[in-house]
Amino acid sequence: MSRKELLTRRGMLQGMLAGSAVYVGLPFLECFLNNSGTALANGMPLPTRFGTWFWGLGLHSGRWEPQKAGKIEQLGPELAGLERVKDKINVYSMMKVHTDGRPVFVHFTGNMSQLTGTVPKTNTLALPTIDALVADAIGTSTRFRSLEVTATGNAKASYSFKAGNVQQTSEASPAQVYARLFGPEFRDPNSATFTPDPKVMAEQSVLSAITDQRLGLTRQVGAADRARLDEYFTSLRQVEQQVELQLQKPAPLEACSVPPPPGEMPVGTEIETAMHTNKIMAGLLAHALACDQTRVFNMVFSEAGSALRRPGNPMTHHIYSHEESVDEQLGYQPNVSWFSTRSMEAFATVIETLDGVKEGDGTLLDHTLLLASTDTGFAKVHSLENMPVLTAGRAGGRMKTGIHVIGRGDPTTRVGLTAMQALGMSLSSWGTGSMQTSKTIGEVLV
Amino acid sequence: MNTFVFAKLAATTILIAIASSVVGAPAAAQDTQSAGPLVMRRLTQEQYRNIVQDVFGASMVIKGRFEPDPRAQQLVAVGSSSASITASGMEQYVHIAKGIAAQVVDEQHRDQFLPCRPAAATAPDDHCSAKILAKFGRLLFRRPLQEAELADYVKASNVAAARVGDFYSGLQLSLAALLESPQFLFVHEQMQNDPRRSGSYRLDAWSMASRLSFFLWNTAPDTRLLDAADRGELYTNDGLARQVDRLLTSPRVEVSVRAFFTDMLGFDAFDALDKDGMLYPNFNALVAADAREQTLRTIVDHVLKQQRDYRDLFTTRKTFLTPLLGSLYRVPVATPNGYPQEWVAFEYPQGSAQAGILTHASFLALHSHPGRSSPTLRGKAVREVLLCQKVPDPPANVNFENFEAAQKPGPGQLKTVRDRLHAHASEPMCAGCHKVTDPIGLALENFDTIASFRQTENGSAIDTSGELDGAAFADAATLGKTLRENPQAPACLTKRLFAYATGRVATKSEGEWLKQNLQVQFAADGYKLPGLLRRIAVSPNFYRIDAPEALTAKAD
Repeated sequence: MSRKELLTRRGMLQGMLAGSAVYVGLPFLECFLNNSGTALANGMPLPTRFGTWFWGLGLHSGRWEPQKAGKIEQLGPELAGLERVKDKINVYSMMKVHTDGRPVFVHFTGNMSQLTGTVPKTNTLALPTIDALVADAIGTSTRFRSLEVTATGNAKASYSFKAGNVQQTSEASPAQVYARLFGPEFRDPNSATFTPDPKVMAEQSVLSAITDQRLGLTRQVGAADRARLDEYFTSLRQVEQQVELQLQKPAPLEACSVPPPPGEMPVGTEIETAMHTNKIMAGLLAHALACDQTRVFNMVFSEAGSALRRPGNPMTHHIYSHEESVDEQLGYQPNVSWFSTRSMEAFATVIETLDGVKEGDGTLLDHTLLLASTDTGFAKVHSLENMPVLTAGRAGGRMKTGIHVIGRGDPTTRVGLTAMQALGMSLSSWGTGSMQTSKTIGEVLV
Repeated sequence: MNTFVFAKLAATTILIAIASSVVGAPAAAQDTQSAGPLVMRRLTQEQYRNIVQDVFGASMVIKGRFEPDPRAQQLVAVGSSSASITASGMEQYVHIAKGIAAQVVDEQHRDQFLPCRPAAATAPDDHCSAKILAKFGRLLFRRPLQEAELADYVKASNVAAARVGDFYSGLQLSLAALLESPQFLFVHEQMQNDPRRSGSYRLDAWSMASRLSFFLWNTAPDTRLLDAADRGELYTNDGLARQVDRLLTSPRVEVSVRAFFTDMLGFDAFDALDKDGMLYPNFNALVAADAREQTLRTIVDHVLKQQRDYRDLFTTRKTFLTPLLGSLYRVPVATPNGYPQEWVAFEYPQGSAQAGILTHASFLALHSHPGRSSPTLRGKAVREVLLCQKVPDPPANVNFENFEAAQKPGPGQLKTVRDRLHAHASEPMCAGCHKVTDPIGLALENFDTIASFRQTENGSAIDTSGELDGAAFADAATLGKTLRENPQAPACLTKRLFAYATGRVATKSEGEWLKQNLQVQFAADGYKLPGLLRRIAVSPNFYRIDAPEALTAKAD
């Protein structure tokens, strides 16, 4: 939906008297369009969704990669948790971050280079992350442009950045995610009746009193502050859009159902707590997606550097990664491997949750593309070689799954580029410097 | 600063010791001139709450979540100058604003807040809306509303009232809009030509009022300060000094001193503080909250109420404890009234290991891991937080071979963390930074991750000796003394205070002002904080603007 259309609609709605039931099935129209709004896509009327899932401290080389390229026959032991869904994922090995000699900021350069396509020169980011690019393309018509959640208990655990180093805040409390999604502002697509609230219409006109001051305000400030004000007005626009959507009856969505509230629960970095929070958050996101509240989401299971820990043990995942020796017999760090394996089980939970929602001819997972990334290859030395990347879901039929791709030292941006192309974004290359690539991973695209 | 002002202060008996301590200080010779650029700061969560409380009273319920305040250059105050507002943040601001506005116009509160009544409750009322929105707009935008601005909000209020058929609903929405406006959420600074100095710029009166009020009270200017701005009084030395002294002698200055030290010491990290529940079952959120409060209370009492030397914070055995903290530190804390959670002034005995804020749980627990202490994190914190020194980031490829070999059980096993860290210090790649951080943190190793005292670690005695920039110390108490004597400590405080006051790091000329004048005067003063606060607040340097070329044409 373009801004122009929305403005006209606002004018139209303002002309209507308050109190009468209004049915304006606009999202219904949207559903039949593909992501660039031009034509029917694959005969599937359902929108494609994109999500990122992040875990800290990578995986041990040799312990996760399937042996051969092509169809996944056998997953490595650290991916054991994904066994049940191995035909729904793709595994990309031997991908790396090429730093072009730029300094490596530990637990930052690895993940942010992957997610922005550019190796940062300082510890602030010049470019937006991939999810922001995708949200600009496919997330503009939903109530939430994107949703950020975390299982870590820390609202600052977020690797979603808009342009200008604007970090999106993660929701750390499932109860608050629920209240935000399914609280009083939620419009149930499947409810029989719909009466727009005159107070909500009134709110629209009031918000324009603020936006009307934009020109005067931005003229008074320097360039950097103008960018921040622009960001403010973009965010306000998002709120205005939410208000407008509240005045429209959404088209019915068969797969949409409102879950019961999750209630308050402890959150934090203890492994079982994190696993549980991850599961609850995945469930809430699944409902949010099925009800078309958003089409882009970002989940942080454990932060870069991973603060995951076990009760009674002073050694955290991070401390183990540096201080535990590589076992002479086993050839890896057993405790680190334990945390890595659990992390991949958590990823499996998210995949299975999305796959558990029937939608159209398939499942929600079929209409989603999930991108899982991390901050290191071999975490002990902050290596950026062989950085594990995984995807899950068929992107609305545009992606093949169950495939292992061997990168041979390619930049991880190959996966990001391929993902964005699978989502229908028209770009032929992504990234800068040695992270720039135009080599789509053809093997996984339909 | 001129002698006339000093004389006036000395003569006034109602002014408390702050004034006399300033009179005692040598009159500042002409301070070197300095200036800096305009900044636009996003309100911190605390500032937002303070303002809502000031304008709408303490009973106002604030429901909703605030986006985390980002940090930059070690301060939230500086992070606020680059913070913008995300979509989810804006959602919450709207939610919070509507909640506050709903309370203001509801039947219980409207008598208290609204200076007028509409002609009819079911219809718009231009005149009354204008009166109310002008009143609150001035307080929230921190300046009088322009005619066109006010007209926009009144119109919005009317349209909303007409749509809903209720004056108070319309008013609620437009009041909420004031709270959602960038004019409220961001502190905009405006400049003008300085008539006293051709070619120079200064903040306009309302920007001066804001800067002053956020500096000394951490809130928006009150009506008296806004009135002074309206009348142009802040442009005169006398007028400015009058307001500065009014703010400084108010108990509300404690709010800002607390906010400053909360910021400087990084206490926002308490939100995410996690200790292992199995190893430390007694360290929970209540203990953490008390630990935070202990340090703030100690600092405020020391620098503001007792007006003692800032540097003595690193050596003082005086603090405040609750029974909960008493059991953490294993000292008896008897509350006078027998209430379970009461603050009691406490002094550790001579020779105690607990001396200075470095031995407080707030410092020790914040800079440790969930399950064990960390000399490196603690040492890094002393360097970066208290001495304004930067510790480089760890390198990407770290070699742990020697270290690991010595971790294995057996005769060569490293028992204490000092032994383990020594392996770092002997590896050339690691030593550069670790020798800067570890000796400091190792002095604090008698305190575990939750600040409990211990004599041994894994059966081995803990060696707490070391040196800081050439000065040797034997343990935590003498580390405190060493820190006290380090000239970087008070220098760092002035830098941080200045950054807190302006929302940015000092420019070159301001750096000179800090070094040549403020720091020298601070020392001559016996390192007492109130004098430093006053000197910054009354100085023309604090309000002088160095305009970038692009904005020059727009001045005045």
